[in-house]
Amino acid sequence: MSTAIKWFWFSSPQTFYPLAGRIAAACAVGAALLAAAGLYVGFFVAPTDAQQGEAYRIIFIHVAAAWMSMFLYVVMAFWAAIGLAFNTRLSAMMASAIAPTGAMFTFVALWTGALWGRPTWGAYWVWDARLTSELILLFLYLGFMALQAAIDDRRRADRAGALLAIVGVVNVPIIYYSVQWWNTLHQGASVSLTRAPSMASTMLTGMLLMALAFWLYSIAASLARVRCIIRERE
Amino acid sequence: MIAAARCIVARDLLLALRRRSDVATALLFFVIVASLFPLGVGAEPNLLRSIAPGVIWVAALLSSMLSLGRLFAADHADGTLEQMLLGAAPVGVVAAAKVLAHWLVSGLPLVAIAPLIALQYDLPAPLYGTLVLSLLLGTPVLSLIGAVGAALTLGLRGGGVLLALLVLPLYVPVLIFGAGSVDMAAAGLSASGQLQLLAALLVVSAAFAPWAIAAALRISTE
Repeated sequence: MSTAIKWFWFSSPQTFYPLAGRIAAACAVGAALLAAAGLYVGFFVAPTDAQQGEAYRIIFIHVAAAWMSMFLYVVMAFWAAIGLAFNTRLSAMMASAIAPTGAMFTFVALWTGALWGRPTWGAYWVWDARLTSELILLFLYLGFMALQAAIDDRRRADRAGALLAIVGVVNVPIIYYSVQWWNTLHQGASVSLTRAPSMASTMLTGMLLMALAFWLYSIAASLARVRCIIRERE
Repeated sequence: MIAAARCIVARDLLLALRRRSDVATALLFFVIVASLFPLGVGAEPNLLRSIAPGVIWVAALLSSMLSLGRLFAADHADGTLEQMLLGAAPVGVVAAAKVLAHWLVSGLPLVAIAPLIALQYDLPAPLYGTLVLSLLLGTPVLSLIGAVGAALTLGLRGGGVLLALLVLPLYVPVLIFGAGSVDMAAAGLSASGQLQLLAALLVVSAAFAPWAIAAALRISTE
């Protein structure tokens, strides 16, 4: 019962503002520490890969960024849907605060993927199913941000963006599977992202540390941005 | 409800009939875009034959997107749209009727003229059936998805470019299955799997898109 009251207490932008500041600061510190630990493990502790040499080390950033890029879109659509259904101001603000971080991680995932692909596959870009759907995810993020930016009326911008995010999140699985089938139809399994099944435990540790660091960074960045939005609007 | 839908379809068709040049422009755009590709990539027949399904489908995507701007804009400008939203008929039905009219005006002529483009690209005659069928199943999906974007961008500055950014990523599955079905048939395989997936997309979008369009129209006009 008391938790329920607290939830609604903090759903108001005025009361959420100081809380967001505290959480953002704590998460930023946590993200920095975890990222330092993760990068240390990734660059100095984890063994060199037998086939890919040192180039594989970029996956410590790449994989975590790719996870976040997809996860953040779902979170964004979740807040957008809550905002549309219950007409809560803060939910819509959260959705627009998450979008730039999600787009950034999508771009980072594509960029690091390209840098990894050059030495490993011999090409910066191949029309692999995952790459293509990640690219389309980037377009969806940019479309969401462009739509919100084009509408001057904040209320309409929130609601229009929310509807687009919901339509997008319904489409993401369809796009993903269609691209996958398209890919297998055209060029067989010439390129596969699956690595050797036995991954050294230090590699896994490094990857998990980086994933956690990116989680905390996402929370910190979104909350910092939502504070700016609250200050702008309230 | 049916009467309202029929009334809207008849009205939009009549309006399109009175302004025939609008319809012709989108169709001409389709033909011109498709005719540019051989000039760009060269007229080697085997190459043209292999890119034909993709080119025709991409041109269809662009052409159908081009005409989306007009879907609600005129009605929004003169206030008809608000009256429709206030009227007794459910907004979803209104939206579905407007999309149907839009498809009859912009999608169906495209399906009809596609074999002509296929002829230019020297596509083997047995593939015409698959091409036309895939367009017949796919272009209504384009109209349905596009209408959501058109409703969201109603009355915005730079609406046309924004519409492209919103709608084109969502068109990807239709493009893949549409062009894929013709590719399958060209490879001597059965295209029925891809065509059934297109049909599934049509059924799903016909069921859900009118709701999304109605919600988008309410957001844009309030």
